[in-house]
Amino acid sequence: MTLYLLRRAMVLALTMVAATIAIFVMLEVVPGDPAVSMMGVNATEDAVQALRVELGLTADPLTRYVDWIWGMLHGDFGISYTYRTPVSELIGERIWISLPLTLMALALSTLIAIPAGVLAASRRGTGTDMSVMGATQVGVAVPNFWFAMLLVLLFSTVLRWTSAGGFPGWDAGVGPALGALALPSIALALPQAAILTRVMRSALLDTLNEDYIRTARAKGLSERQALWRHGFRNALIPVLTIIGMQFSFLLAGAIIIENVFFLPGLGRLVFQGIVQRDLIVVKSVVVLLVFAVVVVTLAVDLAYAAVDPRLREGRS
Amino acid sequence: MRRLPLALWVGGALTLLFFGLAALSVVWTPFDVTKLIVSSRLKPPGAPYLFGTDHFGRDVFSMVMVGARTSIMVAVVAVAIGMTVGVPLGLWAAARRGGWLDEAIMRLNDLIFAFPSLLLAILITATFGPGAVNAIIAIGIFNIPVFARLTRAGALPLWTRDFVLAARVSGKGAGRISAEHILPNLSSLLIVQGTIQFSLAILAEAGLSYVGLGAQPPIPSWGRMLNEAQTMIYVAPWFAIFPGIAIVLTVLGLNLLGDGLRDLTDPKLRRAR
Repeated sequence: MTLYLLRRAMVLALTMVAATIAIFVMLEVVPGDPAVSMMGVNATEDAVQALRVELGLTADPLTRYVDWIWGMLHGDFGISYTYRTPVSELIGERIWISLPLTLMALALSTLIAIPAGVLAASRRGTGTDMSVMGATQVGVAVPNFWFAMLLVLLFSTVLRWTSAGGFPGWDAGVGPALGALALPSIALALPQAAILTRVMRSALLDTLNEDYIRTARAKGLSERQALWRHGFRNALIPVLTIIGMQFSFLLAGAIIIENVFFLPGLGRLVFQGIVQRDLIVVKSVVVLLVFAVVVVTLAVDLAYAAVDPRLREGRS
Repeated sequence: MRRLPLALWVGGALTLLFFGLAALSVVWTPFDVTKLIVSSRLKPPGAPYLFGTDHFGRDVFSMVMVGARTSIMVAVVAVAIGMTVGVPLGLWAAARRGGWLDEAIMRLNDLIFAFPSLLLAILITATFGPGAVNAIIAIGIFNIPVFARLTRAGALPLWTRDFVLAARVSGKGAGRISAEHILPNLSSLLIVQGTIQFSLAILAEAGLSYVGLGAQPPIPSWGRMLNEAQTMIYVAPWFAIFPGIAIVLTVLGLNLLGDGLRDLTDPKLRRAR
């Protein structure tokens, strides 16, 4: 068990190192000098050079990479070129929009998908199954940002229930803040719910063909009892993996959805960073998102090992 | 004649419709999408504008037709990149199964997988500038590990089969066996996955061009049409609705086609479900 955990943790640590190198190298080749773009075209060469020194741009790439990683390990993400505030502060503010949004979407997707998947599997081959599967086919095909636009059109234009976007801030109270995140999280959750429903259904159908279900039925359990007591729990293993993977899709998807609803989250921060060549912000947010994905992947692995003893012994 | 699955029919028809419109747009569109006619701006759907017009007086239906071409081009090249790099890598890893090369290829795949795909696409386009070519590269990179894994997983059991043993006995090397005996047996698997990756590429392209990182004006693309439509959603909802429907129907068609092809080529699945 310990060996398994160590192995997994090693792989993930290596992934983090490789990811930071990839991000660093990629942004290293970006054309344009941040010092020049900050000072404007009329700045003197001396002033630009002074700013380069101040920003630490004159050191060689290896030193800058090591400094960057060392800083991040101590919570120092550097200073944003455009906002002139520490990146950690910017992230600290924005994360309270992106994280709740992602978690709400994840919860919503799971709450829709598990019952829908179980329903479809337990009525396999019937009209109910066909309608659920048909709906998931459409759900997978709908781009979440377009669905978001349709939601805005319906709820803020036709029904006038909510505003079309923006975020009042958590200071305005939990109710209005969660309200502002409601439509974005629905838009984010729908395509993922469709995928998860399909996984839930096929995982459950797979377990229903297992011998232990036949044994349970032979023992006198009804089909429904066998499904819930034995089938459902075993089917949850692949479903858990997909939920873990979806976390990363949702985090990345939030980048686009935040733009549809004008939510000042990490996604908008990244986009503004790209447009304004504020690369330190882009680097930090991307690393943070990759880190979140890696941690969630590890957590799912751990949850697996806890649930399924077979995984602990075998090689991953 | 065996009855073909319904999914195959519907999917095939939708895919054909989409490819047909794209092909037709090369020689003919109802209106010229590059001509701006201010007098006919923001006209609701109706004759002569089937899907209405945008804020420049351009015909939305014609733009959807031309946008199909952009989507196909990006998706075809992106999937081709994924296949031409991923399939040989997967074959190579399978031929050296258990060795350090296999391990290296698979760990590299894991790395790309761990990265949220959209995030890398955004990084690439942010680095090299927005545009259709960079969108293609970004989407293509994500197809590499998909095809590499699939090919490796499909090739591993084939290596234990008698016909491969026979080929080895007759003196063929790993490269020739992979090309002549393993790859042909994987073709249906790869075609099915190719269809699915194609539809994912269309969604990815739409997302990238929606946020302004895909095809640039004046090349019409569905994602950018939706971006432009967003600010006018109250006055011209049709401009936001039709390109979206085009994306949904295309992706739906390709997914159904993929499902149908899988059922057709894998009799085991057909019986099980």
